Amino acid sequence: MKAVKIRRIVVTAVVVLVAYLLQCTIFTSLEIAGIKPNLMLIVTASFGFMRGPREGMLVGFASGMLIDVQYGDMIGFYALIYLVAGYVNGLFEQIYFDEDIKLPLFLIAGSDVVYGLAVYFLTFLLRSDFDFLYYLNRIVVPEAIYTIAITLIIYPLLLFINHKLEAEEKRSASKFV
Amino acid sequence: MKKKNQTSHTNRYILLGLSVFCALMMVLSSFSEQAAGPFKVLANITVIPLQQGINHVGGWLGDMKDNFSTMQQLRAENEDLQAQIDALTTENNYLQEERYEYERLQELYQLDQNYAEYEKTAAHVIGKEPGNWFSTFTIDKGSKDGIAVDMNVLAGSGLVGIVTEVGPTWAKVRSIIDDSTNVSGMVLSTSDTCIVSGDLSLMSSGQIAFEQMENNDNVVSVGDQIVTSYISDKYLQGILIGSVSEINVDSNNLTRSGYIIPAVDFKNIQEVLVITTTKAELTGEDESGD
Repeated sequence: MKAVKIRRIVVTAVVVLVAYLLQCTIFTSLEIAGIKPNLMLIVTASFGFMRGPREGMLVGFASGMLIDVQYGDMIGFYALIYLVAGYVNGLFEQIYFDEDIKLPLFLIAGSDVVYGLAVYFLTFLLRSDFDFLYYLNRIVVPEAIYTIAITLIIYPLLLFINHKLEAEEKRSASKFV
Repeated sequence: MKKKNQTSHTNRYILLGLSVFCALMMVLSSFSEQAAGPFKVLANITVIPLQQGINHVGGWLGDMKDNFSTMQQLRAENEDLQAQIDALTTENNYLQEERYEYERLQELYQLDQNYAEYEKTAAHVIGKEPGNWFSTFTIDKGSKDGIAVDMNVLAGSGLVGIVTEVGPTWAKVRSIIDDSTNVSGMVLSTSDTCIVSGDLSLMSSGQIAFEQMENNDNVVSVGDQIVTSYISDKYLQGILIGSVSEINVDSNNLTRSGYIIPAVDFKNIQEVLVITTTKAELTGEDESGD
């Protein structure tokens, strides 16, 4: 029982770390018109609705913290945004089932738009930069669309990993009984 | 049912706890740099080596790709380069002559400060900011290699940005096209100063804006070079920022503003040069006296 739990934690940590590294290194060369997809948010949201609020929160917190430590101006800013994203997506666990791809796409798109708005309001608006529509058209919406496109590739992979882990957990649970 | 309620309660407590922690860290880290210390150490042993590894693999793949370029291409290039060498040799001779003359004149005028000869160290870019809103990046050299905060970063001949944070083996650089950057600039030909500021809305067109240039009789035209000015306390004097692409007189008739095309191609920066002297050292200001 314990071993399975540790395994899940390790696998989740590796997924977060790999996502972060990809985001900072390889994804910068995937840029189209200065916009890159938000892989960290895909991972956070996916763990949220696949595994519930708690795991979503922790994954979100970890990925946000990684960004903060290396690139943030203050520690805790992105951590808070991703934390809330993970939690809110976790609330949708109850109406989520594996075969349905519409809900994940919808949730991730929604999260990305809200994420973009949050960053705009908390950084740019507070510096009295009121050109909201420009940023909406130039960054928030394109980023959401691009992220959706990448989700179609990444999400099945995350789903596969989750399936593997769940199968393992079931097997060991039945052994235990 | 009861159990379920309980878990959702615990979840809420965790959410609340972590949120408060985040808020606390935000407040702490905006007051003191120390707060981020433990996290930086953690990043240092986990993420940075991996990023450097990926960078190495990327560089290796790039080399492999280059190896496949055909023989013919190389020969043609060789011929071109030979011709270029000949031309340059002639030019070099000419310049040598000029240099002697220049040295003589310099001795006459006792110009002891030569801004072209700052000591530099090269570094690789190993990661870029994950979001789309700002443009900062990390390089693979840190305090162990003598990098310190406020050192200027160049690529090629142009200014890229400034070091804002340093870890033992990495440093964070904020580029001059970042929305939150302002640099004090100066027109090379007329010495008129201006403020060069990065702007997210101009980033896609590859430009940065400048403003508050005095509207005097000096003619500043498109193509004039803008360098860092002598009044900046962070940026060393005389580093090329870019060339003017548009200039207008403001409606107040007192100042001029416009746009600059940066000398550096910010889309693909792979290697940068860090100047290992800061302006504070150069001007002899006490570092603690901030």
